[in-house]
Amino acid sequence: MLRIVLRRLGATIPVMLVVAVVVFLMLHLSAGDPAAIIAGDNATEEDIALLRKSLGLDRPLAEQFVQWIWQLAQGDLGVSIFNRVPVATMIAQRMEPTIALTVLTMTLAVSLAVPLGVLAAWRVGTWVDHTIMALAVAAFSCPVFLIGYALVQQFARTWKVLPVQGYTPLSEGLVPFLLHLALPAISLGLIYTALLARMTRSTMLEVLGEDYIRTARAKGLGVRQVLLQHGLRNAAVPIVTTIGLGIALLIGGVVVAESVFAIPGIGRLTVEALQQRDYPVIQGVILVSSLAYVLVNLLIDLSYLLLDPRIRY
Amino acid sequence: MTDSPVLQIEDLRTQFLTHGGIAKAVDGVSYHVNRGETLGVVGESGCGKSVTALSVMRLVPDPPGRIVSGRVLLHGQDLLELDEAAMRRVRGNRIGMIFQEPMTSLNPVLTVGRQIEEVVALHQNLPARQAAERAVEMLRLVQIPEPQRRAREYPHQLSGGMRQRVMIAMALSCNPEVLIADEPTTALDVTIQAQILELIREIQQRTGTAIVLITHDLGVIAETADRVVVMYAGKKVEEAPVTALFDAPLHPYTRGLMVSMPRLDSPLGPERGELPEIPGMVPSLSALPEGCRFAPRCPLAVQQCREEPPLIEYAPGHVAACWRAGE
Repeated sequence: MLRIVLRRLGATIPVMLVVAVVVFLMLHLSAGDPAAIIAGDNATEEDIALLRKSLGLDRPLAEQFVQWIWQLAQGDLGVSIFNRVPVATMIAQRMEPTIALTVLTMTLAVSLAVPLGVLAAWRVGTWVDHTIMALAVAAFSCPVFLIGYALVQQFARTWKVLPVQGYTPLSEGLVPFLLHLALPAISLGLIYTALLARMTRSTMLEVLGEDYIRTARAKGLGVRQVLLQHGLRNAAVPIVTTIGLGIALLIGGVVVAESVFAIPGIGRLTVEALQQRDYPVIQGVILVSSLAYVLVNLLIDLSYLLLDPRIRY
Repeated sequence: MTDSPVLQIEDLRTQFLTHGGIAKAVDGVSYHVNRGETLGVVGESGCGKSVTALSVMRLVPDPPGRIVSGRVLLHGQDLLELDEAAMRRVRGNRIGMIFQEPMTSLNPVLTVGRQIEEVVALHQNLPARQAAERAVEMLRLVQIPEPQRRAREYPHQLSGGMRQRVMIAMALSCNPEVLIADEPTTALDVTIQAQILELIREIQQRTGTAIVLITHDLGVIAETADRVVVMYAGKKVEEAPVTALFDAPLHPYTRGLMVSMPRLDSPLGPERGELPEIPGMVPSLSALPEGCRFAPRCPLAVQQCREEPPLIEYAPGHVAACWRAGE
């Protein structure tokens, strides 16, 4: 098992290297002189020349890349142009709200979508199925910001039961923490829930047609055992795969949700960095979120081993 | 017959709603099986033999399938009147079932031991440890070597024959009164087939379980069954003790099945040694001919066959539904 984990971990290195190349070239391929971009709009020619020399931008591209990778390997993501703070520190400071939002959203979505999908598959063709699927299509068609503002209007402004925006760290108590994250998690999670519910339904439908389901029923097992032990366990691999792929959806959605609800997380950091053209920060954010995506999917690959005894890497 | 039937099906009708109309998959079928007896049910694909069995278990997929009328009596109690919870206590407990495809009938993500334990724990209320012991014991009973180790393996680690043994172990683990075996050996090669049939017979002798053996293979029937029901297009066309059926088949369909069976000892068919076949095709179950359903393919068909022939007893225990059977 440990060998498999190490081997799969090793296999992520080339992927991350490709990401690194793209992120590195981003600065160099974007219109204009990197030094001029970094120096900003008000810099003079001399400033730019000086900056170019100090950042090593006058040296060959390959050499710059090696230098950059070497720094990355040491955890040095560079320094923000805007406020001279190391990018790694900035990301670390903004990490908690984003992780909290993502985890809460995922938990919410999975615990809602999987039972709904199973229910729809079990009651296929009935009004239960049709209702769930209609809701899924509706949820899937609504952009995060739209749902976000609608929820704020209803829950925060009309009923005044939830805060309009902002973030309270977990260290200040579970209840305020959850109250602040409730609306963002719901608005971010709806699309994800819809996607996952549809996937669960179609996979379960396929599984429920299998011979071993008939065997399970011929054994006299109840609906719950047939659906969960025999059905869902066999449908687990595609469902878990969708959970993993959906992380990409979440990473994109987090940027919007954090902006709508003024949560000081990575998403907001990204927007700020983009507005200020703070290239080192943008690069850092892309690298970190790519790494998170790759690692989550690695975990999901490894979970197959537990879910299906036939799978061996 | 002194034994009262363990399982008795009376005038069972099961239909499927299809795009082409209502398909009468089982249309007024009756048969019974006694304790310690093996009833063979033969017929071509789509003749309703499996649907009859699934109807007994009330596992016909609904929709599109529906049991329209009839009775399924287990020791006199009509299973069609039970509620779902009571029916679940019958399935796997009082009636065990084996399916055709051992490759796909076991759950691929659970160990075979677990799959047997599950049914024992459910019906006999055994604690986990004892259920596990019972599972190993059942694997030993179906002659799986190293049952302790095998119980911890997954279906994909076992051969086809072994998986069918596991299915049998599972179906018999609660000592059911009836075992329904739906083409239990069709997917297996011939030597394994013989072993599995032998195993079923041995266990039956020990436990007295009544067996309904569904097959399209007359060879299997000849070897295993005590009594035979022949089905065609959703109807029972002939029923007889096994020797009587092979010695003197009454229905032209049964005769057709018999001559189209390859034999080692007799020359095949007319001159050139071709295997005879029944001409034509099984009629669509949603567009059945009027009268005798076999008439369009029957070499003996006459005008009278446009009316439905009744089941008539020609010899003790030997009935057939054919106007010309007595000739």
